[in-house]
Amino acid sequence: MTQFKMHLLVCGGTGCRASESEKLFHNLKHEILEKGLENEVQVITTGCFGFCEKGPIVKVMPDNTFYTQVKPEDAMEIIAEHVIKGRQVHRLLYVNPETEKHVADSKHMGFYRKQLRIALRNCGFIDPENIEEYISRDGYAALAKCLTEMTPAQVIEEMKKSGLRGRGGGGFPTGLKWEITSKSQSDQKYVVCNADEGDPGAFMDRSILEGDPHSVIEAMAICGYCIGASKGIVYIRAEYPLAVERLKIAMKQSVEFGLLGKNIFGTDFGFEIDIRYGAGAFVCGEETALIHSMEGLRGEPTIKPPFPSVSGYLEKPTNVNNVETFANVPVIINKGAEWFASIGSEKSKGTKVFALAGKINNVGLIEVPMGTTLRDIIFEIGGGIKDGKKFKAVQTGGPSGGCLTEKHLDIKIDFDSLTAAGSMMGSGGMIVLDEDDCMVSIAKFYLDFTVEESCGKCAPCRIGNKRLNEMLEKICDGKGTMKDLDLLRNLSHVIKDTSLCGLGQTSPNPVLSTMDNFYDEYLAHIVDHKCPSGQCKALLQYVIEAENCVGCTACARNCPVNAIAGERKGVHVIDQSTCIKCGACLEKCKFNAVFIK
Amino acid sequence: MANIKISEQKVLQIEAICKEFNNEKGELINVLHKTQSLVGYLPAEVQEIISKNLNCSVAHVYGVVTFYSFFTMIPKGQFPISICMGTACYVRGAEKVLDEFKRILNVPVGQTTPDGKFSLSCLRCVGACGLAPVVMVGEKVYGRVSPDGVKDIIKEYKQA
Amino acid sequence: MEMINIKIDNKDIKVAPGTTVLDAAKSVGIKIPTLCYLHLHDFNITNKPAGCRICVVEVKGRRNLAPACATDCYEGMEVNTHNIRVLNSRKTVLELILSDHPTDCLICPKSGSCELQTLAQEMGIRQIEYQGEQSHYKEDTSPAIIRDVDKCIMCRRCEMMCNDVQTVGVLSAVNRGFMSVVAPAFEMNLDHSVCTYCGQCVAVCPTGALTEVDHTNQVIRALADPSKTVIVQTAPAVRVALGEEFGMEPGTRVTGKMVSALKNLGFDYVFDTDFAADLTIMEEGTELLDRITRHLKGDKTVKLPILTSCCPGWVNFFEHQFPEMSDIPSTARSPQQMFGAIAKTYFADKLGIKRENLVVVSIMPCLAKKYECQRDEFATNGNPDVDFAVSTRELAHLIKQANIDFNILPDQDFDKPMGESTGAAVIFGTTGGVIEAAARTAYEIFTGKTLEKVDFKQLRGMEWIREATVDFDGTPIKIGIAHGLGNARKLLQDIKDGKSEFHAIEIMACPGGCIGGGGQPLHHGDTSILMARQKAIYSEDSGKAIRKSHENPYIQTLYAEFLGKPMSEKAHHLLHTHYFDKSKPVEIDE
Repeated sequence: MTQFKMHLLVCGGTGCRASESEKLFHNLKHEILEKGLENEVQVITTGCFGFCEKGPIVKVMPDNTFYTQVKPEDAMEIIAEHVIKGRQVHRLLYVNPETEKHVADSKHMGFYRKQLRIALRNCGFIDPENIEEYISRDGYAALAKCLTEMTPAQVIEEMKKSGLRGRGGGGFPTGLKWEITSKSQSDQKYVVCNADEGDPGAFMDRSILEGDPHSVIEAMAICGYCIGASKGIVYIRAEYPLAVERLKIAMKQSVEFGLLGKNIFGTDFGFEIDIRYGAGAFVCGEETALIHSMEGLRGEPTIKPPFPSVSGYLEKPTNVNNVETFANVPVIINKGAEWFASIGSEKSKGTKVFALAGKINNVGLIEVPMGTTLRDIIFEIGGGIKDGKKFKAVQTGGPSGGCLTEKHLDIKIDFDSLTAAGSMMGSGGMIVLDEDDCMVSIAKFYLDFTVEESCGKCAPCRIGNKRLNEMLEKICDGKGTMKDLDLLRNLSHVIKDTSLCGLGQTSPNPVLSTMDNFYDEYLAHIVDHKCPSGQCKALLQYVIEAENCVGCTACARNCPVNAIAGERKGVHVIDQSTCIKCGACLEKCKFNAVFIK
Repeated sequence: MANIKISEQKVLQIEAICKEFNNEKGELINVLHKTQSLVGYLPAEVQEIISKNLNCSVAHVYGVVTFYSFFTMIPKGQFPISICMGTACYVRGAEKVLDEFKRILNVPVGQTTPDGKFSLSCLRCVGACGLAPVVMVGEKVYGRVSPDGVKDIIKEYKQA
Repeated sequence: MEMINIKIDNKDIKVAPGTTVLDAAKSVGIKIPTLCYLHLHDFNITNKPAGCRICVVEVKGRRNLAPACATDCYEGMEVNTHNIRVLNSRKTVLELILSDHPTDCLICPKSGSCELQTLAQEMGIRQIEYQGEQSHYKEDTSPAIIRDVDKCIMCRRCEMMCNDVQTVGVLSAVNRGFMSVVAPAFEMNLDHSVCTYCGQCVAVCPTGALTEVDHTNQVIRALADPSKTVIVQTAPAVRVALGEEFGMEPGTRVTGKMVSALKNLGFDYVFDTDFAADLTIMEEGTELLDRITRHLKGDKTVKLPILTSCCPGWVNFFEHQFPEMSDIPSTARSPQQMFGAIAKTYFADKLGIKRENLVVVSIMPCLAKKYECQRDEFATNGNPDVDFAVSTRELAHLIKQANIDFNILPDQDFDKPMGESTGAAVIFGTTGGVIEAAARTAYEIFTGKTLEKVDFKQLRGMEWIREATVDFDGTPIKIGIAHGLGNARKLLQDIKDGKSEFHAIEIMACPGGCIGGGGQPLHHGDTSILMARQKAIYSEDSGKAIRKSHENPYIQTLYAEFLGKPMSEKAHHLLHTHYFDKSKPVEIDE
């Protein structure tokens, strides 16, 4: 990287690519060639910067200028102004919404200030398709150190001391897992990286693989060294084409550099990695289901024990960790367990990546030390609620998690505190909800998901979740009874108590947590036949207030089902039997005449 | 389910895919992925060929195909439309967008329009939550889609 | 062995390592209810997907409840099998299962022997609180088996039998979540699949999802038709199992009562399939000797080993899965079909009636027999040699419908001529029996000497695959025995690979042979019942005056009056068959 005077880092994450960052990249390259700057300025595509809300992102090094929402046509100006004349393109800088001042350096942005990037350390800094850039940032130093200076037992000890816990959802101590697998006797063992991220609203694993694939490869090799495995397999979602491609490139480069293959760093240790594709089954996040899927079977979980550490892939001892967990490993080896253990809370060390989304200003991928409060995440990093609305709840842990409220905002989040509060860390989805969101509908949304994703093997999950979902639907339709609430609660507990795998054991959490925290909303649906946030279609009516209606006909013209009648300049009326409650009239009315009853 | 006849050449290609994975039963999912990207979908006949070559029962193949949502026995449309129903998109109104697609195309989720032009499906999080709600047509991603914008997206492909 | 100390419901118990909570509880008289669990002890077959969650128990220190069937005991474990948390969960889960299950129990073919029904009754389910959509699937009727999949509870027992034990591979779990169910590929009908109709899926299905096609009404109609002469044949394994349907101890021999019952039902002649079994030995034994003799003389064209062909499930199996080897099995028809062929020619002639007016009913422990008797090659001008094959279970229903108090019936004898049989024929009903019967006759014909010890103990047992060498007076004859189609597959594969050294192999599709057939009274997982049936078969044999097929005087008469000699042209025409290549791709249902 050193021979260039300047580097333009263009975000190549999926979010930014969806906003034409590839075209932007090519335009920048083209401009540089045009201006004959190709020996002085380098343009590279990096992984995700995290600030997806403001993408596409372009970062200029060494001056750390952070451009947001850059369009392909902005390339010429960036080159002409910033690169050639050294003047920042003011209009592309981030604007602090509170002070309304432009901020040039990302370090000073609310979004980044409280973040600490360990797992995401290289995302947005390096070209993920260039192994040399990874190496220049201490890449493969940890592997070298393990192989040449440490015994497997010492590495495992270091991992245990670090306090790293599995980032996939369970929070099982990683070092301990490695130790157990290392003690299983077998001629062949496997290291499996679970990259079948299925939580609807979490994309950290993909971002890591897209932005820093080598960190995962390096960690898998270290794990292989510790447990005595010469083979690794990445089980990745087929819907992640970019991550797959970059992983493949990285694997190829690692082989070329002798960092995968036989006799790595001249030692006896050899390690190779294969890719297996998921095929769209959330339950395959569960390790036994994942292993069956890798074996070409239906991804149904089996009862544990035996644990994969004893009998896993092809009945051989298998260590399964997820992408984010692995991404932490090289840093722990390089900087030491004590350094890592000094970050975070008492029982949860290090950081956690969250996919922050929903009704929040700064949607994106963030990484914070364990123990950060929800308030800091939502209001500082996330920049508060979108459109000045009121915060209502934050859903963590995806379909396994729960909804937390105002009163939970000062909880220092880690594995245990979230569980104690009735939610879950899960894989790190974090969806912020505002006053417009109906909590019964949110619970139903997750149950829809669970019903679709239940494998069908065990009765409580297969049928129980379906019944939960039907009862929620009944409530949303205004047909619920008080008895349904008792049934909902009982069934939720039974499903948690009796389901075979983690999917069913956690699937009622969205129901229980919304019932605990928003009981009034359930009552409103059942007793008053009202949806307080106006989301449940069956419970709402769009009506036109005669006093406000000026007869502009905007509503009638935009009604997709012609349910609105009225003369020009006369009061309009909505025919309730035709109305499909799409809300188009409400959106189009400029006179506040349409309202929800 | 109709008896679809696929070409001799396709049969050979599918057999070659199986062989590439050493005709190993454990590689079934990889074989299905490759075959689906070759044929576009996995009709019964194709599953029979795979079962023969991997030496496993066709019931087993069918059991796997019907387990994973990625595999389909219905041919996708010329322009497959996927609506992200991840949580971020959902809370930002993806359901309304989906309803609009269903209304305009007049097909339920998982089906293809009679003219074979569009197929409609839902997917869970494409990871572009900053652009929620997100719709994909083929590989192209549309961000911040409103119900109003749906007809424009369809129009783009109608002429094609 | 180091024992483990555990506490179940406050009882201190010592168990061996590896004992499940379910077995540990059972050892102290605590019966934890199960549904999907199936353990066929004597065959070492276990089905425990831990999917139904009915057997959940509370384990101290554990967050959630544990399935007793799939949870091993550990030192210091404390288990509670019936506190309120456990009972509520169990009841709720059962209600959930029932909420997705038709409640037409009154008219369900499984009513009275349904494990789900029993469970609901034992657990005192009086209402189903959780109601909702039920999963619906296409109903499927084949020549032998009916699939009413709406009643499937995903216990996976049938899938396990079809794949792991029988290796037929017709059934698999399909779909996901609420719509998941066990079905053939593309949810096609069984008669389009490679199903062998062995009926082992039916034998283990806890509900009415898999049942046999019921022919009892046709039988009653035929009996009521004055223009028809209706005769019946009973397979050997039926007489040692039928009593169970009337509350008798497993292994009770009810041959005489069964004959009485059939006469009471109005059959004009009550005959015995055993007669035809003796005939089978004459034909198959001759074919066997012919091939062996030629082989010993150095004839390289002769195909060995010779495989038995009396099991219709097995015949279906090789026609579908090993069609290229269809010249290896004996061409002898099964006893059921030999009986039918002789009845509708020789016996009809004797009675002086047309074959169309003679109805042949067979009582079989088997469901594949229903399909076998419908095969085109076993009919003349569209009139089948055997009209109806009904199972042991169906016969029990018939007897009950006819208000016959089975338990107090006197013993009666089979009619002549086709009711006379030897001990050799009786043992057709168990694994190893056919080949032992063949050995008794073949020995005497081959050596020209009298066989003094007729019991070939080395051929008996319940081992999946057995091998024995029988000494034919200095000539060692190597015999293989397999029961369960998965084991048959292993022997077939060896033959295919040229590794088989056997002269003859006996194959039975069902575990245990016909005593464990798909049409037998349900054993509900208790394989000691099968052991008792097997014991009864051998005791029936040893009680017989004549124990070698070729000594059956009525068989001798049959050859003298009608057939000539074994393998004669007439015998060939009536008693032998040929096989079909059924490996071609199946038609997919429209």
